[in-house]
Amino acid sequence: MTALLHVQDLKTRFFMRDGVIRAVDGVSFSMAAGETLAIVGESGCGKSVTSLSILRLIASPPGRIVGGRILFEGRDLLTLTEDEMRAIRGDAISMIFQEPMTSLNPALTIGWQIAESLVLHRGLSKADAMTKAVEMLHKVRMPEPVRRARQYPHELSGGMRQRVMIAMALACSPRLLLADEPTTALDVTIQAQILELMRELASETGAAIILITHDLGVVAEMAQRVVVMYAGRKVEEAPVEQLFAHPRHPYTSGLLGSMPHLGHSLQDRSVKRLVEIPGMVPSLREEHPGCLFAPRCPNAIARCVQEVPPLAAHGAGHSAACWNPMV
Amino acid sequence: MSAAREVLLKVDGLRKHFPAKAGLLSRGVKVLAVDGVSFSIHEGETLGLVGESGCGKSTTGKLILRLLDPTEGQIEWRGRRIEQLNRAEMRPVRRELQAVFQDPYASLNPRMRAADIVAEPLRNYESLGAGEVRTRTANLFERVGLRADQLLKYPYEFSGGQRQRIGIARALALRPSLIVCDEPVSALDVSVQAQVINLLMDLQAELNLSYLFVAHDLAVVEHISHRVAVMYLGKIVEIAPKQTIFTQPQHPYTVALLEAVPVPDPTRRKQRRALGGDVPSPIDPPSGCRFHTRCPHVEQRCRREEPPLQEVSPGQWVACHLRQPVA
Repeated sequence: MTALLHVQDLKTRFFMRDGVIRAVDGVSFSMAAGETLAIVGESGCGKSVTSLSILRLIASPPGRIVGGRILFEGRDLLTLTEDEMRAIRGDAISMIFQEPMTSLNPALTIGWQIAESLVLHRGLSKADAMTKAVEMLHKVRMPEPVRRARQYPHELSGGMRQRVMIAMALACSPRLLLADEPTTALDVTIQAQILELMRELASETGAAIILITHDLGVVAEMAQRVVVMYAGRKVEEAPVEQLFAHPRHPYTSGLLGSMPHLGHSLQDRSVKRLVEIPGMVPSLREEHPGCLFAPRCPNAIARCVQEVPPLAAHGAGHSAACWNPMV
Repeated sequence: MSAAREVLLKVDGLRKHFPAKAGLLSRGVKVLAVDGVSFSIHEGETLGLVGESGCGKSTTGKLILRLLDPTEGQIEWRGRRIEQLNRAEMRPVRRELQAVFQDPYASLNPRMRAADIVAEPLRNYESLGAGEVRTRTANLFERVGLRADQLLKYPYEFSGGQRQRIGIARALALRPSLIVCDEPVSALDVSVQAQVINLLMDLQAELNLSYLFVAHDLAVVEHISHRVAVMYLGKIVEIAPKQTIFTQPQHPYTVALLEAVPVPDPTRRKQRRALGGDVPSPIDPPSGCRFHTRCPHVEQRCRREEPPLQEVSPGQWVACHLRQPVA
């Protein structure tokens, strides 16, 4: 079976006045149709830039994709013209952003914002597209979809706006959905509703999802496979159970340990301290000869600051870029 | 927390009503941000205050700090009423009552050097010589894990986690007894969040500090708190020792909140029963129990009568008609 998406050695850089930022530095991964892949990492690790690169939405200047290939259903998206790309966005590949308020147009009704892609990509008449938009609102369980379709974004709550975003993204039945921190701006009970909705709709429509998040709880609930990024590079990739049970990269292990878990401080009085990852993320402006995590790494050895560790296999579908991995 | 410890802060029937946006038709409309909140905090204790956006948790913190004046209710500091004190009368209390805010970018003056930010309370409240201010500032820097060579830097030269350390050093400068922490780690990445949580807990152990820890992240609150209060639409619906509230939550909202938290363990994927609907508006909150519009166990009485906060097990107070008080 050919992969739905195959990202190969992607390099995205930002050319700033005071230097070049290597936001994504040689990232590769692939995914099958219908699969949910999570990309996790902390701010500035390049997870959002990776997803924007796939849709070729990197603002240029200052950004530019300087290397790699992005094969979607066998076609390299990086070789397409802007018109060809526009035909793909919102149709075969669509995206949900973190902040529904800033990603919706405040001057258009939500019904029309959903209908627009149907007119554009499916050639529907305005009336038909509006009918379909109401159907989509019904599908994302918007209360009173007919009335809501005529409302503007400011009349909706945060959770409802995110439902609108999902309805927009799924209107044309995409094969790939990019979801960039889709629930980060939402309260926890609303987050639970939205995650459940995404899971249901994905299994119903067969859309593959790239879920970009910093929240390992969301990853554990949603993903089948996980890519961990640090400072623009992929440091580990594994099936989700494998990643949580046996993280091999010290950064992944540190991330899992630094997160307070519900219930942990109750069971064991000795679990007083959270695992700290000392220091902070390195500057992406400078070139680093070795592993970018080495200065913060408890496992670091001499080799780590001299040579970039390649991804090494640790069992089926599991790889980590580390010279001295966790056992 | 043992009852033998001194009660530092006691809040009784606290209310804050804001006038809703003054439109022509909305005259006299009020937002019931905090609507009858009572609790106390003991010496050396951390009280976690949780709830979703708009529940009034941050407003409660601001009322205690007297950054806002209460509409009604009492605030007692070491047995003395402080809600009516004027600026001059508040001065000695302010030394003991400090704050750490959520946004480490917005809460530091960008034109001041880090050392001056931390020294400002010393200059305002203590008559110290320049040399002594410098020594105390340097000690504070060291205490929160900042380096001496960072004293003369400006806020923009620090990362988010370091800025939060500056904010903590400033709060510690006058050797306070209680620090109101309003979402102190929610803007930070997980690995840095762990550093700041560990620091706050170390400082508490060392200086016998009390915290009012306002946050939405339940795992963080569980980790750091001794007791936890859950707020919904301006009211406390449940307050109990952490062990009790996290293992035997009694209010249906507390139960729903805990259930909604994603568990970072892919082998325990939840079949969640997500709480439906949105949080109603605090301008026109539901009659009776404010949670009745979303409560899975709602009864006739819940729509009419407001449930009082009653003790259902030792130290556990719940505002729900369906829970029996202890005899």
